Amino acid sequence: MNYSIIRYILCWVLQVIGALMALPCVTAVIYREKSGWAFAIVMVLCMLLGGIGKRIKPKSQVFYAREGFVTVAFCWILISIVGAIPFTLSGEIPSYVDALFETISGFTTTGASILSEVEPLSHCCLIWRSFTHWVGGMGVLVFLLTVLPATGGYNMHLMRAESPGFSVEKLVPRITESARILYGIYIAMTVVQMVLLLLAGMPVFDTLCLSFGTAGTGGFGILNDSIASYTVLQQGIITVFMILFGINFNVYYLFLVRRPKDALKCEEMRFYLLIIASAILMIAINTREYYATWGTSIHHAAFQVGSIITTTGYSTVDFNLWPQFSKTILVLLMFCGACAGSTGGGMKVSRIVVLFKTIRNELRLSMHPRRVHLVRFEGRPLEKAVVHNIERFFAAYILLFAASFLILSLENLDFASCFTAVSATLNNIGPGLEAVGPMANFGHLSHLSKFVLMFDMLAGRLEVFPMLVLLMPSTWKK
Amino acid sequence: MPKTVAENDRFGGVEDNMQIIVVGCGTVGATLTEYLSKEGHNVTVIDSKASRLTHVTNSYDVMGVVGNGASYGVQMEAGIEDADLLIAVTSSDEVNLLCCLFAKKAGNCHTIARVRDPIYSHEVNYIKDELGMALVINPEYAAATAIARLLKFPSAIEVDTFAKGRVELSKFRLESDNVLVGSMLKDIQSILKCDVLICTVERGDEVIIPDGNFQLREKDEISVVASAKNIVKFFKKMGMATQRVKDTLIVGGGSTTYYLAKQLLAMGIDVKIIERDRARCDELCELLPEASIVHGDGTERDVLMEEGIERAQSFVSMTNLDEENVMLSLFAKSVSKAKLVTRVHRMAYDELLDTLDIGSIVYPRLTIAEDIVRYVRAMSNSLGSNVETLHKLNDGRVEALEFWIQEDSPVVGVPLMQLNLKHNLLVACINRQGKIITPRGHDMIQVGDTVIVITTNTGLHDIKDILR
Repeated sequence: MNYSIIRYILCWVLQVIGALMALPCVTAVIYREKSGWAFAIVMVLCMLLGGIGKRIKPKSQVFYAREGFVTVAFCWILISIVGAIPFTLSGEIPSYVDALFETISGFTTTGASILSEVEPLSHCCLIWRSFTHWVGGMGVLVFLLTVLPATGGYNMHLMRAESPGFSVEKLVPRITESARILYGIYIAMTVVQMVLLLLAGMPVFDTLCLSFGTAGTGGFGILNDSIASYTVLQQGIITVFMILFGINFNVYYLFLVRRPKDALKCEEMRFYLLIIASAILMIAINTREYYATWGTSIHHAAFQVGSIITTTGYSTVDFNLWPQFSKTILVLLMFCGACAGSTGGGMKVSRIVVLFKTIRNELRLSMHPRRVHLVRFEGRPLEKAVVHNIERFFAAYILLFAASFLILSLENLDFASCFTAVSATLNNIGPGLEAVGPMANFGHLSHLSKFVLMFDMLAGRLEVFPMLVLLMPSTWKK
Repeated sequence: MPKTVAENDRFGGVEDNMQIIVVGCGTVGATLTEYLSKEGHNVTVIDSKASRLTHVTNSYDVMGVVGNGASYGVQMEAGIEDADLLIAVTSSDEVNLLCCLFAKKAGNCHTIARVRDPIYSHEVNYIKDELGMALVINPEYAAATAIARLLKFPSAIEVDTFAKGRVELSKFRLESDNVLVGSMLKDIQSILKCDVLICTVERGDEVIIPDGNFQLREKDEISVVASAKNIVKFFKKMGMATQRVKDTLIVGGGSTTYYLAKQLLAMGIDVKIIERDRARCDELCELLPEASIVHGDGTERDVLMEEGIERAQSFVSMTNLDEENVMLSLFAKSVSKAKLVTRVHRMAYDELLDTLDIGSIVYPRLTIAEDIVRYVRAMSNSLGSNVETLHKLNDGRVEALEFWIQEDSPVVGVPLMQLNLKHNLLVACINRQGKIITPRGHDMIQVGDTVIVITTNTGLHDIKDILR
């Protein structure tokens, strides 16, 4: 393992995270808040430490897939540890474990909170919470790739380990250029959403925070009741953008290079939209008598479905009070997740589609044992290795889920709370049901459970394997 | 906005990067991809095998497209419309030509094809002109030419030519009995009284561009630049052989052997080829009436001894297996004093081979990559002072470039000692209308000259880039 280059990249990451803290600092200046000092101190320290560390050049440029995995895992742990310091330093979240939970929940775009009351937080803390979503959505290392001088061959391993989906490909030959295009699309869409929300009459500060949260499919609100007290129009805009940010960014790139036909052919997007449409329909019918008009029930169904499938986690109503059928649909959507190559979490629609196709092939095989099968996806046959990778991912996912579930049951909560707490964190959604429902929080859990859930959040964001690699003894052997 | 040299250096000349598509990801394709990507170009690789592409996309910053490169759809997917250059290096000549034809129509880009069948090789110019191709490359032919050059000049391990053959760069190893061992570079002029320039010294793993106070040691591999005439004089003064070899023994009768034999026979060198396949022997016999063809296994000791390896003046190992070639050369070294040339395809272990005393090693891939990289650099710099020739020396760590000065630039008309040159860069030779000048501090570069520059800063595009 080439530790020196990992250290070098982490120093870059430290500087990036320091630079990003400029936003809460500026906010603190505008609102004249004392908590801003906490951010300023951490920011200066990050820049200094990162700057010094960067001066020592790595001894060797050797960089393989395992370095990619370990760097990505370390990077996310590092930004969480650093990003949590200002919360505790300013005294707004006194317990560091809680602050860490909140920050990991932010960067992994989960949106699960330990705070029962969000509103007392200062503006700079609120915007940092939401901004972590935005940064974590597209990925810190992908951002780093846009500025890092293109030297070694390490970039592809980094991008592959951080970006969601089973076949991460570049848009254009140069990785720097690819990363810039991705961030360009990301920034443009965020800005469009901000403009629309402002036009719909939302205050500037709320617009910024909620747009960051939507773009990263995060889910931290700035009011205690999440999104419930905003107007129907504003909620509608957020619904649409949540769903848009859950689509594979390759689709937008294809639109950008004027190949809309190819963009619309995207199989994953079609399934994604199909799932959303049918889920909305079923929930709207199921919750019809809870609301006065069809319009309202469809509106709330659409918002909740969009929020859960893209793993955002905003809510306009307490869906914990919905009938069981609707709740079950939402829990299933949690596992499904958004498209690969989007900012959303979960298992990803593409994986689910491929898994269903392999099941179909297996059934056919039992009817016609000699029949030859291929799994086709996006119009191309998938290689066996890719299909196997998806199956193993699924297995690892289930096992990790089971292990976390077991530990969490020590809390002695009811089944639904335990189950959805793990599901909501492993899939980066945020709210679960019952004790961790949309109007409740994770603050009452024990430290052990919080650490397990933190691990789950990171594992969910980085698609399980990078975090599991850290647990392997051979990773640590010299 | 004019970019500073430093920026340029760091990104390898991003300002004029091109969209290049490489079809075929075999050995040559992968080497090319590596070089072109490191030059800062946007490279997309097409191959029908996904596994080969994964390897390349993991190692270099390039994009891979799976499919048949001769298909219009696949070319479109690889972005042929915006491409500047397509290089077809699949294993099939016909596919390569077809790729170029389609690319020409679909993208109106420059095209380079590898065509290696000897049948086509006579028609290279016709193919090039009629199909509008920029370059037709033949790795076997290029390798054969490189080997022939070595046999013409057996004392050198490596010979590269510039200025249409008027200037030569030869690399040789300093044995313990050489008069130069222990002397300073600035004294060489007075010891040997001949006008040569020592431009690189390879000592162990290090490659040095030395200055006057550099002291030579035993086992250094030094490269000298001079006019062809002076080089001969230089070697004579050192007491090294300057005569071309009189005969050669070649093991393996592939197409490179055919091209090589043809060139050697034309120079009046006797050629003996040992080939293990009977049918190929007959074929060679028909193609090369003047050469003696021996049917036998060239890796067998008895066969080699019987064919007189001990007396041979030169020995070229050209079987299809690198390991066999290296072994044969080691054996030849032990039984004879022949000039040895070893062909090696795999470049990954080059530093290991350098430690073995097996004479000159020819990497066909490298030869081809040099040609294409030179073409690409000239293409991305169609206005300024073009790269006329490019040779990669010392395993690609050093480049020797020949620039043709076509227009006024900051380097023209200023004495060299007043130019703020980059570190590890040497203006080795100026060719002024056929007159070869070994430049000293007060010499100036003029419009119309061709200038040879030796440097470890790889990636120079224009003569301006020699400035800091």
